[in-house]
Amino acid sequence: MIEIDVTTDSQGIGVVVPKGRLTMVSAPQVRSTLEQLVDAGTARIVVDLAETTFLDSSGLGALISALKTARKAGGDLRIARPTEAVLTVLRLTNLDKVLRPRDTVEGAFYV
Amino acid sequence: MSRATALPLTRRLVAVRVIVVLTAVLGLNYIVWRWLFSVHWSVWWIAVPLVIAETYSLIDSLLFGLTMWRLRERGEPPPAPEGLTVDVFITTYNEPIELVMDTARAAKAIRYPHRTWILDDGNRPAMHEAAEAEGIGVITRSADWVGMPRHAKAGNLNNALLATDGEFLLILDADQVPVPEILDRTLGYFTDERMGLVQTPQYFVNVPESDPLGSQAPLFYGPIQQGKDGWNAAFFCGSNAIIRREALMQLGLARYAHDVELGVVKALRTARTVLQEARESLEPGQERIAEALDAIDHDVKRARRELARGVALFDVTYRFQRRIDSVHRELVEADLTAVAADLAIIAELEALAEDPVDTLADISSAALDRLAHRQWSPLGAVDAVRALVEAVDVGRAGEAQPIMPLATISVTEDMATCMRMHGLGWRSAYHDEVLAHGLAPEDLETMLTQRLRWAQGTVQVLFRENPLTQRGLSITQRLMYFATMWSYLSGFAALVYLAAPITYLSIGVQPVQAYSVDFFARLVPFLIVNQLLFLVVANGRPTWRGQQYSLALFPTWIKSFTSAFGNVFLGRDLDFAVTPKTKREPTGPRWDRVRPQLIAMGLLALALVIGVVRIAVGQAPLFGASFNMLWVLFDLLIFSVILRAARYRGFEPEPPPARPPAHLAAPAPTHRGAP
Repeated sequence: MIEIDVTTDSQGIGVVVPKGRLTMVSAPQVRSTLEQLVDAGTARIVVDLAETTFLDSSGLGALISALKTARKAGGDLRIARPTEAVLTVLRLTNLDKVLRPRDTVEGAFYV
Repeated sequence: MSRATALPLTRRLVAVRVIVVLTAVLGLNYIVWRWLFSVHWSVWWIAVPLVIAETYSLIDSLLFGLTMWRLRERGEPPPAPEGLTVDVFITTYNEPIELVMDTARAAKAIRYPHRTWILDDGNRPAMHEAAEAEGIGVITRSADWVGMPRHAKAGNLNNALLATDGEFLLILDADQVPVPEILDRTLGYFTDERMGLVQTPQYFVNVPESDPLGSQAPLFYGPIQQGKDGWNAAFFCGSNAIIRREALMQLGLARYAHDVELGVVKALRTARTVLQEARESLEPGQERIAEALDAIDHDVKRARRELARGVALFDVTYRFQRRIDSVHRELVEADLTAVAADLAIIAELEALAEDPVDTLADISSAALDRLAHRQWSPLGAVDAVRALVEAVDVGRAGEAQPIMPLATISVTEDMATCMRMHGLGWRSAYHDEVLAHGLAPEDLETMLTQRLRWAQGTVQVLFRENPLTQRGLSITQRLMYFATMWSYLSGFAALVYLAAPITYLSIGVQPVQAYSVDFFARLVPFLIVNQLLFLVVANGRPTWRGQQYSLALFPTWIKSFTSAFGNVFLGRDLDFAVTPKTKREPTGPRWDRVRPQLIAMGLLALALVIGVVRIAVGQAPLFGASFNMLWVLFDLLIFSVILRAARYRGFEPEPPPARPPAHLAAPAPTHRGAP
């Protein structure tokens, strides 16, 4: 299983840090963590991918599902600090054209 | 686009290639001569259709030759690596519980470690109980699917994909009973990390040797799939296939990115029209609303500019919606609700987003036009624009899941899914060994429904995602998909092949300049090598039943084109029906279901009689008339299968029940039970 850090900053923005491999095995866990966060009232979320060593299409799919949930609740989900491996997955599926990774966690909702 | 790997040049393959070249040369020689020198233009109404039908058949034959050019016999599979995780999915909707449980028990007994799931789309408590009693998992649709388009089997599988996490999936129809070795014999192919899919044959145990309904497809599940495999285009056929989850998920994401982008662009375009019309309908004294509409129009323009500049789509839609929300709020706060939105209009918009037929990317232009040009109240227009963009926003409001790995554009999800997978650069393999034993329809009516569904699904893909224009596919992969679609056009050719000899014999109309030595010297050699190709390719597998059905089911093939055309381009219902798996109550032959064929046979027989009379009274030339009578007899022989099929009373097993051979031996259509 994957370790997921969840914090909320002073602006009420949730910061989620999946540590390790975000794959078909850990995707359901990540998805439900994110959904619980939205249900609890934090609809603006940054997923910090700096410590995500590997991401597969199922993992990315979980992020997209959570994005849908966040937007339904009037918020949004942003991804930040992807590693090269993660960027590759984004490019393979052309998702880089729709989901722009942010350089920093702090600025994710301001740039 | 992977280069196809080198094939060992076996003697069989050399023979096949020599005959393919001969067929092509002789066929082209014949057809060019036909067009240039032998069309009887004065009776163009039959002469031109005939030469077109012949050209169609030649192209069919050339595509078949291309398929066979790289016939790939894989032989022994590589050993299955240890430690892979596999989910076995058994899809069911309304099949009898016991039938599903037979399959499920066999699936549970598969030797390679795995988990077995019954995907019960009927959500039947009895199914649940039966499965639970034997420790087999059941997956039903999650809450996300309530009120959403269900997308039949594709939706069922997409739902299960999110509920499980195995690296590989074995997909089985409810009536396909697997052997214990099925995974051991197929997982080895996935040591190639770009391998996305391995398909194995569909073989039916409840079919007699004579196969009156043409259920087995030994030519398709054999040489045709092997030929496609040679070009890295082995097809996914919906069941008895193993798929790499990563390949499916990746194509789900790629489709999602594609659909969302297309949908937003379309929605923004429609939004401008809505706004313009609302602006024009404003009355004096509504300046405040005019301002709001202008502000939104400005935002729409800006969003479109940003998209054109390559700004990430989610950022554009997020900002846009924020803006609209605030404009909307201002209007409401200013108490302009007097011009309240027409609730019915909003309801219609929501219905649009949930249109079960269309994915969001192809909300029909007609629907959007209707929407754009109705009478909007100004606030209604603001709401409309907001709903429009929401409908196609990141969330895909009208779908249960944003990511739909299995394609939902067609009633047969398999072909479209496989084509997209190939487009992303994944490989597929065809493993020619029967590893599951299935049940085929046992009566004409069910068989006709099933064939119609396959044909419709294939034609839907042709109309929605024409393989000839799909990016990412090699030219030969495109042609392999196109060949299957092309083969379903045979229904139209059959009409001509019936009409030509009938008109000649009965009223003396001759579509060819002369049934002369010249004519036969060109036609006969072509026909001979063409049959020879079949013979060598089939390698002992019977092909006659398939040849019969490719012509005899002409009404079905024609209907598949007309209904799929109506569905894709005119938004009509496809009359989609699930193929019943249970035996129907015996009711006697359903002659009504084959009326066109019976009429055709009647006309053929009548033409034969008239022909004899006309020869006898010296009205018809002996040579030409005899040739046409042979032609009629051949047509009758082809159509005789319909009489057999209509009278077929279902399968009676013969004791002792022989295990089916590893390689199929029964008649078959050239393409998966179709032409």
